[in-house]
Amino acid sequence: MPTIVIDGEPYDVDGDKNLLETCLQLDKDLPYFCWHPAMGSVGSCRQCAVTQYQDENDERGRMVMSCMTPITDGMIVSLKDEATQEFRDSCIETVMTNHPHDCPVCEEGGECHLQDMTNMSGHTQRVYQGPKRTHRNQDLGPFINHEMNRCIACYRCVRYYQDYVGDTDLQAQGSGAKVFFGRHKDGALESEFSGNLVEVCPTGVFTDKTFSKHFVRKWDLQSAPSVCMHCAIGCNTSPGERNGTLRRIVNRYNGDVNGYFLCDRGRFGYDFVNDQRRLAEPLVQQGDSLDSTDRDDALAQYANLSADCEVIGIGSPRASLEANFALQQLVGEDNFYSGLASSEQALHQTSLTVLESTSALIASLRQVEQADAVLVLGEDILNTAPRLALAVKQATKNLGLNMAADARIPSWQAAAVKNLAQNQRSPLFMLTPAATRMDSIAQSCHNDVPANLARLGMAIANAIDGGAPGVNDLDDQEKELVAVIAETLKGASKPLVISGSGCFDVAVVQAAANISRALAAENDKAAIHLVLPEVNSLGLAMLCSKKPEADLNAAMKRTVDQVNGQAAVVVLENDLYRRAGKGLVDDFFDAAQSVVVIDSFHNDTTARAQLALPAATFAESEGTMVSSEARAQRYFAVHNTEGYVASSWKWLAELNKSVSWTHLDQLTAACANSSPLLAGITLAAPDREFRLNDQKVARQSHRYSGRGSATAHISVNETRVAQDDESALAFSMEGRQSNLPPALQPGIWSPGWNSNEAINKFQDEIGGHLKGGDPGIRLLDKATAGTQSGWFDSIPQKSMPGSQGYRLVPLHHIFGSEEFSSGSNAIAQRSPKPYAALCAADASALEVDQQGWLKVELNSGQWTLSVAVDDSLPRGVLGLPSGLTGLGGLQGAAYGGSASISKTQSPVIASDQTSGGGE
Amino acid sequence: METPLTQNIGPGKAPPNLAQYQANGGYEGLRNALNVSPEAAMDVVKESNLSGRGGAGFPTGLKWSFVPSGENSPTPKYLVANGDEMEPGTFKDRLLVEGDPHQLIEGMIISAYAIGASVGFIFLRCEYVLAAERCEKAIAECLENNLLGKDILGSGFDFELYVHGSAGRYICGEETALINSLEGRRANPRAKPPFPQVSGLWGKPTVVNNVETLCNVPHILRNGAEWYQNLGIGADSGTKLYGASGRVKTPGTWELPLGVPVRDLIEKHGGGMQDGYKMKGFLPGGGSTDFLTGEHLDLPMNYESIGKAGSRMGTGQLIIMDDQVCPVGMVLNLIQFFAQESCGWCTPCRDGLPQIQHLLEKLERGEGSWEELETLAEFPRFLGPGNTFCALAPGAVEPLQSALKYFKDDFDNHIKQKCCPYG
Ligand SMILES: Cc1cc2nc3c(=O)[nH]c(=O)nc-3n(C[C@H](O)[C@H](O)[C@H](O)COP(=O)(O)O)c2cc1C
Ligand code: SF4
Ligand code: SF4
Ligand code: SF4
Ligand code: FES
Repeated sequence: MPTIVIDGEPYDVDGDKNLLETCLQLDKDLPYFCWHPAMGSVGSCRQCAVTQYQDENDERGRMVMSCMTPITDGMIVSLKDEATQEFRDSCIETVMTNHPHDCPVCEEGGECHLQDMTNMSGHTQRVYQGPKRTHRNQDLGPFINHEMNRCIACYRCVRYYQDYVGDTDLQAQGSGAKVFFGRHKDGALESEFSGNLVEVCPTGVFTDKTFSKHFVRKWDLQSAPSVCMHCAIGCNTSPGERNGTLRRIVNRYNGDVNGYFLCDRGRFGYDFVNDQRRLAEPLVQQGDSLDSTDRDDALAQYANLSADCEVIGIGSPRASLEANFALQQLVGEDNFYSGLASSEQALHQTSLTVLESTSALIASLRQVEQADAVLVLGEDILNTAPRLALAVKQATKNLGLNMAADARIPSWQAAAVKNLAQNQRSPLFMLTPAATRMDSIAQSCHNDVPANLARLGMAIANAIDGGAPGVNDLDDQEKELVAVIAETLKGASKPLVISGSGCFDVAVVQAAANISRALAAENDKAAIHLVLPEVNSLGLAMLCSKKPEADLNAAMKRTVDQVNGQAAVVVLENDLYRRAGKGLVDDFFDAAQSVVVIDSFHNDTTARAQLALPAATFAESEGTMVSSEARAQRYFAVHNTEGYVASSWKWLAELNKSVSWTHLDQLTAACANSSPLLAGITLAAPDREFRLNDQKVARQSHRYSGRGSATAHISVNETRVAQDDESALAFSMEGRQSNLPPALQPGIWSPGWNSNEAINKFQDEIGGHLKGGDPGIRLLDKATAGTQSGWFDSIPQKSMPGSQGYRLVPLHHIFGSEEFSSGSNAIAQRSPKPYAALCAADASALEVDQQGWLKVELNSGQWTLSVAVDDSLPRGVLGLPSGLTGLGGLQGAAYGGSASISKTQSPVIASDQTSGGGE
Repeated sequence: METPLTQNIGPGKAPPNLAQYQANGGYEGLRNALNVSPEAAMDVVKESNLSGRGGAGFPTGLKWSFVPSGENSPTPKYLVANGDEMEPGTFKDRLLVEGDPHQLIEGMIISAYAIGASVGFIFLRCEYVLAAERCEKAIAECLENNLLGKDILGSGFDFELYVHGSAGRYICGEETALINSLEGRRANPRAKPPFPQVSGLWGKPTVVNNVETLCNVPHILRNGAEWYQNLGIGADSGTKLYGASGRVKTPGTWELPLGVPVRDLIEKHGGGMQDGYKMKGFLPGGGSTDFLTGEHLDLPMNYESIGKAGSRMGTGQLIIMDDQVCPVGMVLNLIQFFAQESCGWCTPCRDGLPQIQHLLEKLERGEGSWEELETLAEFPRFLGPGNTFCALAPGAVEPLQSALKYFKDDFDNHIKQKCCPYG
């Protein structure tokens, strides 16, 4: 370990870091702009200058940019040397000549790295009196604002957008002091990760447009540690609330999961919480309508409805473990059903079995980023698990980093690494039903129907390990692809297989499992990641693993066949019309004596309820979710519920006369005790009793505006703050603000560091794990030898699309396919309209083009859809978007089957869509 | 006096075609090089003491020796001739490329052979359209005659050569920005290390040499290192294209032994000042070098002594300021150019130069103040070497810094008289 001297003090430091990182890691305050912990150094802003001395006798020293200076043993530097201090001051002064100084109206204010660095470097007096350059701002779509006059030309945005993410429609344009950062013309940014610009940009150029719509000063936000609800990756978030409205989401660093970045669905999908369709009060059926009532009446109604009959509980992958468990306890294990259609239940149970018994590592996103060869089998990760896709993009850069290491270029020398590697990447193979936006960085891509992809996967496993079942009838092209992929994965030091449920095909998941098993036999670094669709899909699968056959179809069948008219059905946070065909669900509800729904929104299912209980969303409740890497994570209420709205688990606890759960912790513990799989979940975060020096953790910053001031013109009466009995957090600015356990950290702040850049102070090393451990607890990992699985040996028949009608494949959309976020305005603006995709040859055979319309008939319904020509689809394959609101009635179950399609006229009336919601 | 570089160049003279070029000893240097090993060819250049004519005077042979060689070294390797030549007051490379393109091409083939490069680019200032045409024509002749392409003259050595026109930025002359620009990226410089010799164009070993530097190489290989050393005066080797612009009687560019006294350039070759004008100061090597004055006239024009005097030899092309030119106005003119040409990558240059420009404009209009003059005087240090990402900014402030030293009265008078004293 090299030793260096900083301002006279010796330190033992990590030789792989640059001098700036080293200083920050040593908790020193040194200003910077262009360096970013995830993107390395380029030396452009000159803000991080320090003085380096040749030896003890050197008194003048020489100015160096700390971010561009490697550590050498014995080096002597000064951060306090007057000359460089003065230089850092001048640098800020210079960069500020064109800055509008509009802090009072700037949405970055209070969380602004430029403000912080200006203070830190000591520049206070403006000397320049000349004109400022001005720019024209652009409309960049519904997500982010553009106010270019605030730009300090640190180049972070374009480096993030182009180098880190790999998108191209944000560019530096022009030169000199006129350099402009924007698109070639107005329009929505194409990237799925554009929202991170809001945090990457150290100034107020890029700010959150959804936040602007209900803006408050950032220090007036109340925040809590939370988890993203919009896919199964489980990115950690910090939502902000004021006056009962959820205002925004920002990233909450987790060194194992999301690191510094979220996807746009996760960042901008929150507004559904504030939606008009929220259930605000309990509703009771009176004749044909649902009328509001109060809590006590609602509880009495439930007692009536459930008296003297079987109570059937329908769980949900979008509800917490605790809520599902509470329902299971209410109705009894025999009466609890997962709320997933059989086909999806089978998929999720298979994924769970694979993860439980895998001999490979279950890759966290950090491990994904370290992979040096990646196979994606079947899953359109950019749309089903976006943050995972961003991690895979980083994995493809490992070849470049290795080349750089060989050339003795440090990994943080971002531009030099990029210049050396050019377009050379670590291998990525994309085997998916249709082309994806990841394909451009893949070594090779192949599009086919899921069954055929599964066959390729099985063959790859067999080529790696002859013990795995083989596939006989591959064509030459497929054989070659299999050989290349098998060789590459075998030769890699950290091979990774990614698959998931996105194809709605169990064989695809099984094939991925076989490959990872084959790899793991020879390589203990081989890893697997299985994508699941919803935030708690894996948690629900764990809860249901003892009775995997208890799925939604079983519940429906039992109700209709056996207990017809004799059962009360309790549906937990689940719109069953998104899970199964309309006819089936209608029959189910018709057969039930009564339907009780606990949910946050009005939807087709609540419309069928005799009793609907208003549930808190994630923003007002707490619970545990299990992510696709089997990480149990706790989320906490950002603010208190209002009126009769209550957490689902609370409703369920109240309905249950045989238990006395008064706190979430009791439920969590009971749930943990119910299954060895879930035993760890109590450790996901400290419990409600946790105190630091007898204090709770404050959700509000110490800069929070006084409670009374917001309404002082009406009344100076100060109401008592809401009490939080469920966690160690307080709805208050009183309480601990520092040295918090990471799982309880509401937001990031450190003296002098008001923006998210403060994160440097909380990590064990720059870009490393959080001090105190990254939040969450892994419930599964590489299985011990005895419990590892065997080979999956059922190999699907070769599928010949076109032979019996069109084969359906799902096409996923980051914006539109997921239920919660589609209810947020900004996301809805970016989601596609329902369409039917097919290749050009099929389109011309049907005599339709991009402007044409098709009638699509399935068992579960029929739709008139506009044509989208996608030439990556094989002949005879029909791609239909998954989960779009306009395609109600089309569920995962349909995707295994086939459709008949024919040319039709453009629809005139919406009722052409015979089934489901419609637009 | 031998003038190898300009032997085929003269006023009104068309550039020699291949036959004419060869008739005057052309491609003999190449044949000599191909007869020996690449290492031996490089050694001749090392021994000759040829130093880079792009401005910094870095020894060319030494620069080449940093290129990794041997079986396992990265390929392909690249050679780039830097003909961006946007330095104010400088037009020597243009003369060489337009006047004798085969000389440059021969120099490039030999240099490529020495460093093991298989592809070369002639990077030309965008306005140098005629030069580009003439290069293309000469390259075509070479291709027809096995002087370029595969197995050159039966030696087994392959070399392809392309002409690339710049999109027109001063920064494209900076070798790493040039490389970015060749790759189709923004012309921002790259950090060194890694040096281009190790990781340059498309991440491969690359040597960027000035056009004039490369034009020396054929003659060194043809006549030997010792001959070359003897061309210069004293310790200096070779000849150099010197020039003078401003109000001298016969402005121009001349090939002279390296190390001629400054006085010769102005008085002998430039014909002295025009009647009625006196020399007040001069920029010795282009717009990005410090002013020198009458007291420096007897210095030899070489890298060392001009450097010791507090300036740089740069391109060796004098810009002469006479007594009827306002130094503030002249510095402002240069600063305007550099502020516009700043690539915009680093803070002191990008946002500092426009401030300097603003202050000088006010001063020149007679609206300046003493405080502003003080502020102005702080900038050269702020934009000094090491403080900025590349050498553009330190060069840009050199005229200002030296003008404040030698012509401070002129700055003061703008404030005192509240107008430009030169009218
Ligand atoms: C702003 C700037 C502009 C430059 N412009 C040129 C140029 O136009 N031509 C040139 O040969 N060198 C130019 N240089 C120098 C080159 O970076 C490089 O040092 C030179 O091409 C090396 O050639 P040499 O070793 O043959 O001298 C410039 C340098 C800077 C910093
Ligand atoms: S827009 Fe923001 S991130 Fe981009 S260069 Fe300007 S200040 Fe930096
Ligand atoms: S990747 Fe998934 S969990 Fe992460 S921010 Fe996006 S939607 Fe949320
Ligand atoms: S000094 Fe900085 S801004 Fe100026 S040209 Fe060089 S890199 Fe660009
Ligand atoms: S942070 Fe070091 S130069 Fe920008």
